[in-house]
Amino acid sequence: MAPDRNIAQFSVSPDFGPELIASWFVFNTWLQRRVGRPIHLELFDSFTDQRAALAAGAIDLIYANPSDAAVLVRSYGFTPVVRPAQHPDEVVLAAPETSAAHAVEDLGPGTRLAQTDDPDVSMIARIMLEPADLDATNTTIVELDTYVLVAKALLDGRAEVGAFLDEAFDHLSPLVRGQLRPLVTSQISVIHHALMVGPRLAPHRDELAAVLTAMGDDPAGARVLAELGIDGWQPMEHEEAEFLIDLMDTLAA
Amino acid sequence: MTVLADMVPEQIEGPGTEHHLTFHDGTTRRVYVTEIETPFPDGKLIVSRTDLAGVITDMNQAFVDMSGYSPDELLGAPHHILRHPDMPAPAFADLWDTVLAGEKWHGYVKNLRRDGGFYWVYATVIPNIRHGEIVSLTSVRRKPSRSKVEASQALYLTMV
Repeated sequence: MAPDRNIAQFSVSPDFGPELIASWFVFNTWLQRRVGRPIHLELFDSFTDQRAALAAGAIDLIYANPSDAAVLVRSYGFTPVVRPAQHPDEVVLAAPETSAAHAVEDLGPGTRLAQTDDPDVSMIARIMLEPADLDATNTTIVELDTYVLVAKALLDGRAEVGAFLDEAFDHLSPLVRGQLRPLVTSQISVIHHALMVGPRLAPHRDELAAVLTAMGDDPAGARVLAELGIDGWQPMEHEEAEFLIDLMDTLAA
Repeated sequence: MTVLADMVPEQIEGPGTEHHLTFHDGTTRRVYVTEIETPFPDGKLIVSRTDLAGVITDMNQAFVDMSGYSPDELLGAPHHILRHPDMPAPAFADLWDTVLAGEKWHGYVKNLRRDGGFYWVYATVIPNIRHGEIVSLTSVRRKPSRSKVEASQALYLTMV
């Protein structure tokens, strides 16, 4: 069914764990009440599906992966509203506990890298493999739907190293995590998600920023933030989005 | 144009050798270098921005930590405060030509620390384009592989 264009369409970067699906719906309910306007939350299973919806102009508000910042701002005219406070995207590269590798440099050509389709995690993982002279020419990507499946691939011997969003790694069950050995964890600090508005919602950008930056002051809002694992929102100006785009551009090389 | 202060023997860790650098803007600096390498920290990126004159306007903590300078010493200083005498000048000329043409530049760079030691990076520099104009440069450095460092070292020896 085609989306109702009188209702703002919200979507979230499809890189969060299934345990957070309900929390994003609660977030959307909270936001609608605060701004007094209907907002429909549409979640997608993959980045490919979400990007198709963006291209079709079917998204007005998005909690975006940093890899999508460039296309959102430069091609679709999105504007940043807020970013999660103290919540950078960091990556863990892990091997099975039984592996002989204790550092990235112990991995050799022919390494199989298990990962999801999360674009910024994949990019950071590739950068962290560079010190071992590993790149697309001498590694094989094993792409899986979830981080739990990435862990399983490592335990089943279908990959030598796996790339995890750090919070996804931390959310693995203790039993699984105990069978994995982190080889390196990124400490980049400057790559993060961003909540952005498209042209149709742009007139409400400042109102959304004000509501969201005060979210933690409202008890119900604070509970939703805690469920999402976000400390709070901080304002994000256009130049910060430009810096994020420049940064992603330098790293994509 | 900012003229960098000469390095003094007191700021050097370990035995150092004296060199005199001349930069593209005609300024010069006496530096001391040692053979002490600081390894690039795993998982980190060094990020900085400069204006079009190469003056540092922004940097992250990893930049500060690896350089050995304080933030106050770095902000407003020309980026060639990190220039190591083992780096051939044509590499930097190529960098400037590339980014001012609107393109991305990559290279392996040996940087000089405040204490005379050094660290190798794989650097990417891009022009920051706003409203069609290049307004500044962003540079991100990441951990290079040893094989690439050794190959660069051998190449640069033939160029300096």
